[in-house]
Amino acid sequence: MRRSAAALGLTVIGLWLILTFKSSPASRLAVNALPPVSTVPSGPNNTTPAPGAAPPPGSSPTTTLGPTSGPRTVVGAVFSNRYGDVQVAVVLSGNQITDVKALKLPSDRSRSRDISDQAAPLLHDEVISAQSAQIDTIGGATYTSGSYAQSLQSALDKAHG
Amino acid sequence: MADRCHRVEHVMGTVISVDVRDPNIVPSDLDDIYRWFRQVDDIFSTYKENSQISRLDRGELTIADCHPDVGWVLERCRQIGRSSGGYFDSRATGRLDPSGLVKGWSVEVASEMLFELGSANHCINAGGDVRIRGEPHPGRAWNVGIVHPLVPSALTVVVAGRDLAVATSGVAERGQHVIDPLTGRGADSLASVTLVGPELTLTDAYATAALAMGLDAPSWLNGLSEHEAYVIDAGGHVWWTEGFPGYAPALVS
Repeated sequence: MRRSAAALGLTVIGLWLILTFKSSPASRLAVNALPPVSTVPSGPNNTTPAPGAAPPPGSSPTTTLGPTSGPRTVVGAVFSNRYGDVQVAVVLSGNQITDVKALKLPSDRSRSRDISDQAAPLLHDEVISAQSAQIDTIGGATYTSGSYAQSLQSALDKAHG
Repeated sequence: MADRCHRVEHVMGTVISVDVRDPNIVPSDLDDIYRWFRQVDDIFSTYKENSQISRLDRGELTIADCHPDVGWVLERCRQIGRSSGGYFDSRATGRLDPSGLVKGWSVEVASEMLFELGSANHCINAGGDVRIRGEPHPGRAWNVGIVHPLVPSALTVVVAGRDLAVATSGVAERGQHVIDPLTGRGADSLASVTLVGPELTLTDAYATAALAMGLDAPSWLNGLSEHEAYVIDAGGHVWWTEGFPGYAPALVS
């Protein structure tokens, strides 16, 4: 399985070309018309609160979605793991997600935060700005065993409740 | 508005969310699903000293002594090891650890259980690896937002589908948690690999293998049938297979 340094170099250059080529046609995405806002009141739901989850739905007033509503921030519940607390919020305009923010991250993840500061948020901006559909679930290399996903999911559940 | 039955529990060392959109599924059905996950954890956990996997690793049990699923899972690990050039290895960490297959497989089985109970529309999310079936609402696909591996506060892409597995392997979760079995070191040239496929067992295992491959991953991913990939390298550069935009409407310009 060992390959020569030259071949590896070519692989790296090849990958670089592929990456450069593929990532350059930045998808400039038209923001689609927002889908109609659901006005159906949420009935009693069957959600079982997770340990450490937010107060049960209904314990705090849910902002009514509407075409005239300005940007609003829906804060997810705090979920703890062995690294610390994780809490995220989604910012919505109407029912379009305009941003996802991490409000609390474990402090020992400062290395990751350094990386985050260096990484260009280009894709984030493009993808977020392109979303007209709601996000049903969060995948990915999620933060510390899913605390990030869980908090974000709870924010989405509140937002779309 | 479809009826919804949704639960989130911490099990198998991760968070598993089951979101069912069929009115005929009741909360007690979800009890069965989580009972299944706990049973899998009892048998396969590498953190439990008395799990069959731990005892098998210490030589206290033979495969014949174990639950039939153990033999099946370990054989599947060997098959995937062969089809991924050795980059998927249930002994990459130096001890028997089939976790890279068990999570995806157990979710796939859970989805099949729900289907047999009459659920054609559900989403199971196990620590960011997702199996979706049907639709969340009539006429609309499930939308899976993928967290950016280098910018944990951001989404990088949205995968949309009706009957799909979406698995991501990355370094963001717990530092370098994938070991390159060929070098024994952490795989760090790629930040994450997101793979879309027909079912989660193979899709999840292949995502893990591709992350371990590092810079060799794109050519291998290009040759996979029935799977499409979205890759971010350690420098934040993004690459995807030709068919991936078919699952990510926002990438189609």
